[in-house]
Amino acid sequence: MNTIDTWVARHRERAATLPGAALPWLTGHRRDAIDSFAAAGWPTSRLEAWRHTSLAFLDQQPLIAPEDAPHPATTLAALRADFDDGGHWLVFVDGHFEPTLSVRPPLPAGVTISALSEALARQPEAVEAAFGSAAGDDTAVVSSPYALNLALCSDGAFVHLAPGTALEQPLHLVFIGATGAADSHVRNLILAEANAEANIVEHHLGGGSTLGTVVTRVQAAQDARISHIKLQQQDEQSIHLASIEAEQARGSHFATHSLSFGARLARNDIRTRFDGEGCETLFNGLYHVDGRRHVDHHTLIDHARPHGTSREHYRGLVDGNARGVFAGRIIVAQDAQRTDAVQRCDNLLLSKMAEADARPELEIYADDVKCAHGATVGQIDDNALFYLRTRGVDETHARQLLTYAFAAEVIERIAQDALRRHARATLLARLPGGALLEELL
Amino acid sequence: MLKIDKLHAAVDGKAILNGLDLEVKDGEVHAIMGPNGSGKSTLAQVLAGRDTFEVTAGSVDWDGTDLLALPAEERARAGLFLAFQYPVEIPGVSNAYFLKAAVNAIRRHRGLPEYDAMDFLSRVKAEMKAVGMREEFLYRSVNEGFSGGEKKRNEVLQMALLEPKLAVLDETDSGLDIDALKVVAEGVNRLRSPERSMIVITHYQRLLDYIVPDRVHVLSKGRIVRSGGRELALELEQHGYGWIESGAGAAQAAGAAGG
Ligand SMILES: Nc1ncnc2c1ncn2[C@@H]1O[C@H](COP(=O)(O)OP(=O)(O)OP(=O)(O)O)[C@@H](O)[C@H]1O
Ligand SMILES: [Mg+2]
Repeated sequence: MNTIDTWVARHRERAATLPGAALPWLTGHRRDAIDSFAAAGWPTSRLEAWRHTSLAFLDQQPLIAPEDAPHPATTLAALRADFDDGGHWLVFVDGHFEPTLSVRPPLPAGVTISALSEALARQPEAVEAAFGSAAGDDTAVVSSPYALNLALCSDGAFVHLAPGTALEQPLHLVFIGATGAADSHVRNLILAEANAEANIVEHHLGGGSTLGTVVTRVQAAQDARISHIKLQQQDEQSIHLASIEAEQARGSHFATHSLSFGARLARNDIRTRFDGEGCETLFNGLYHVDGRRHVDHHTLIDHARPHGTSREHYRGLVDGNARGVFAGRIIVAQDAQRTDAVQRCDNLLLSKMAEADARPELEIYADDVKCAHGATVGQIDDNALFYLRTRGVDETHARQLLTYAFAAEVIERIAQDALRRHARATLLARLPGGALLEELL
Repeated sequence: MLKIDKLHAAVDGKAILNGLDLEVKDGEVHAIMGPNGSGKSTLAQVLAGRDTFEVTAGSVDWDGTDLLALPAEERARAGLFLAFQYPVEIPGVSNAYFLKAAVNAIRRHRGLPEYDAMDFLSRVKAEMKAVGMREEFLYRSVNEGFSGGEKKRNEVLQMALLEPKLAVLDETDSGLDIDALKVVAEGVNRLRSPERSMIVITHYQRLLDYIVPDRVHVLSKGRIVRSGGRELALELEQHGYGWIESGAGAAQAAGAAGG
């Protein structure tokens, strides 16, 4: 059994050994968080934001750590082979930092990249300011899984960029599920001061950690430019619950790319808030689910200040008996004049049993705004299919080509060459006929 | 030789082709004219293998094979080419990839070695030059954002690359300026040979000044109602289709089809 009480007990058992156990502010936050989780329980379909993705089943089902996952070093080697960028790699196995697998070349002055556990030991005040709490945030958005994350997070990354600093190469954060753990909880904090710039990539791989929660918090100060890319591909036992929360100061730029390729259930809550004028954001996302997988993206772009620009493009490939869910909320506050927002979510159903729900939610309180949105759920275009066939391309290949092309538009928005190539290769490896399409690369 | 015999086709139970007969011998160019909605594109699409149209009766024999029994891709590999009246946009697929996939699918079928990237590029660039297309069109998505005329040139480019045995051009001249019209006509004329035949669907006799047809047919209500030499196109231009439908043509319709 795995009732709420079990989680409360886990908190009690682990509290003393979690990083920062000696810091009263943190133990206090953790206690509040487990209380709030215990009071709320797992979200069920009674909550609007979880209508299509109830987690009630987690109460009934024991979490069993799988036993046949490959060694984390093997998984990591395969991944690193796609990159020769000399960048930083922080590796976490079942939620615990692995210094021996990590790669840490020298950093420019003013840049800190460390494990959260290290940062809590060395600079707890800096962590405290960015950590977040279960109570302080917008409670309509913070859901109980992320409170559980706060209570139990065992590590994560801590990144601090002093004003005007830049990371030349992407920072890779690798989270590998391996044997031995049935749950893992990581929390990443990314603090970019004025004019700082970085590309940060989260890779979520492997089969262990049946239930994983991830919270990534981003603070972009004035004119900072942060790009966050998340590549999530886990096996069919995993449950992945993740939140990305950004706050943007005047003139900053934040991009989130979420490529979600499964797990049994993957939920991504991604949001940003414009706290200053002239902010820009890109929400770019792709999901491909098959079998009985379920993937859900709930996004929120909060245009709280004027002259903000947001572009949101999500695409879904839904196959087998799988289900894809997208809900994109955009709020334009009353004084957020000259807001320019575009949102699209398009889904391709690849089988008769596949299901997709795409729902835009626009709340516009300002009058001088440009907002466009659209959502579609459809099949492969018959006209395009026929056109290809009349050119001698057989139907199977034509379908594969059109499926890939549909998804590739999202991948083409990833600006970094190596990351884009890796994302393409990852997608091709998942699609039938991928080898035939490799010429596209 | 292509021999269409009493072809009937319908969509959603609605009859569109109503007993159409047509014979095109090797090396011949036939023009098909006819009012809007008479079934010209339907004929072209049925020949190319579009299965939204149901063939309810009749047959199409192509050099001894039952054309209608083949799926669209096999017809293409056997040398049938349709230049679409409305070429399809394929976002996310580059024109270069599309052209290469098409050329190699057909070369494979013909037992020819597939082009490698270099050979293909030099071939395609030469053909593009001939139809007046700039190189950038290779790297854009297939037909996406192409102007009407650019789409038509892209069709002619494909025809040149695929070297079909039977080409059906569905209003490839519509929407073209006079220079583009000549380019299209030259593209067609360059391919003319004793082994190749063509069916050119057009509304304008002007095209037939450049592509001189062996026969001209008038399609009305899903049947060929009148056939003749190229002077028939001039007569149509003068009198309009009412002239044929009102009986002047009908009297001569019987047995008019064919080469
Ligand atoms: N998919 C379809 N569903 C319903 N009706 C169709 C379909 N395709 C064609 N039709 C109908 O069949 C008839 C013939 O259409 P077709 O496109 O063959 O005409 P056309 O001779 O090519 O005309 P145009 O000169 O305007 O190109 C028209 O009445 C058209 O509306
Ligand atoms: Mg037509």
